[in-house]
Amino acid sequence: MAKQQVPVLEGWFTIDDRPHLLGTRCKSCGTYYFPKQSVFCKNPACNGETFEEVKLSRTGKVWSFTNACYQPPEPYVSPDPFEPYTIVAVELEKEKMVVMGQAVEGVNVSDLKAGLEMELVLETLFEDEESEKLTWKWKPVA
Amino acid sequence: MSQEIAILGIGMHPWGKWGKNFVEYGVKAGRDAIKDAGIDWKDVQFVSGAATMRCGYPGYVAGATFAQALGWQGAEVNTSYAACASGSQALAAARTKILSGQCDVALVIGSDTTPKGFLAPQKGERPDDPDWVRFRLGITNPSYFALYARRRMEMYGDTQDDFALVKVKNAEHGFTNPNARYKKKFTAQDVADSAMVADPLRLMDICATSDGAAALIVSSVDYAKKIGKKDAVKVAAISTVTPTYASGVIEMPDLATDSAAVVEAQSFRAALPVKAYEEAGLGPEDVDVAEVYDLSTALEMDWYEDLQLCGRGEAAQLVRDGATRLGGRLPVNPSGGLACFGEAVPAQALAQVCELTWQLRGAAGDRQVEGAKVGITANQGLFGHGSSVIVKK
Repeated sequence: MAKQQVPVLEGWFTIDDRPHLLGTRCKSCGTYYFPKQSVFCKNPACNGETFEEVKLSRTGKVWSFTNACYQPPEPYVSPDPFEPYTIVAVELEKEKMVVMGQAVEGVNVSDLKAGLEMELVLETLFEDEESEKLTWKWKPVA
Repeated sequence: MSQEIAILGIGMHPWGKWGKNFVEYGVKAGRDAIKDAGIDWKDVQFVSGAATMRCGYPGYVAGATFAQALGWQGAEVNTSYAACASGSQALAAARTKILSGQCDVALVIGSDTTPKGFLAPQKGERPDDPDWVRFRLGITNPSYFALYARRRMEMYGDTQDDFALVKVKNAEHGFTNPNARYKKKFTAQDVADSAMVADPLRLMDICATSDGAAALIVSSVDYAKKIGKKDAVKVAAISTVTPTYASGVIEMPDLATDSAAVVEAQSFRAALPVKAYEEAGLGPEDVDVAEVYDLSTALEMDWYEDLQLCGRGEAAQLVRDGATRLGGRLPVNPSGGLACFGEAVPAQALAQVCELTWQLRGAAGDRQVEGAKVGITANQGLFGHGSSVIVKK
């Protein structure tokens, strides 16, 4: 039987075929937050204290990118042996913010350039005995 | 009323991995600064320490720790913590005390002992801590430096060869610096042969962490005159501003920038020197020498632009032309920078001021910038901490 799939961070993204990151939006000034901000607005011109949960844009453009050639320390859970992975920072147009994440497996630095259109997908970050831990990753739009 | 204070004395403990207690380094630097100032330890009325987070309680109360180690003599103490800007905030505390007339002479010290291995977050399951979250997802400190570096390549056409030139330059500068840890004239080939850490940055593009200490004796201008040092180098400005919302560049340890949906995006690095220039009544055209935080080779080039030493996207040309080498139009990091020192967090901002003081005194030996009259520092660290200090003759 397949292992249960659970998010590596609870409530940070939707789990479906067209996944979205989950952020919040200040009801007073309209600014977006990821990760969620739900107590007070960080815009110095706003005293807002109420927020709505919003799905962030699931596509955006590459701002910059890199990779990890060495195994990070805990709490990163690495396969043995370590496998390098690519990291992408993606600009979301509507929210006017840049969000980082790993690129999907198989995407290398040489496949990327600034401005390339990317979409959000879910992939297993690591698995333990009980479950597969899902995370968001960025994938070039085909 | 003048807002300037005088730098009477400077001292450093050489950077390295010495395996000793941070207090020992700090006392050595402090005693050297006192001797250099030509005053007595008992003349110091205020001890301003930059805290270290890695050395237990004595590190949290660094001002008192150094005062006790030098011998309690009834001075007042203060401790500042502001990540990479800790030394500048400790200096700012001393300046406030002096300019408000509460003391004439202050000792400012920053010292650190760094642990071996990776910088890592605290243990446990802590999804509320952004530092824990980003390591969980596999994003380390070099990831951020590399994103900035790659952005330069994508926006301005900078190359890895340009980044290597910064390392080669700084290695040449630090070669004769007795306080530097790495004294070897690395070549562009050495950089290219070093292991890739976070593409496009290789091991030699990224700075190490070190032990080290730096100290300053600062005083009122009147006191400097009284002891026959009216020509002492002056601190003309200290900027320790926070970022302004919305911060448009992704900053460690965050996974996202602020949203600029309702307010304009701002650059923190660019804001730091603006306040310093305003306070000093000087501009980038007045700068003769700069010490900037080269956590990576590419980041040094970002600083050229943030300090307005050139336009956006023009930094690589400065490096290619040799303008920022010793003997060039505007030498940057004549000390050798973090490339030759490695980062000793609470000491680093003060080490930058020490180097500029030697430069403005004309006492920097083989690494002297001829005729330097105005120098500027810049650094930036975690959580909205950064600083820029201007010194002048």
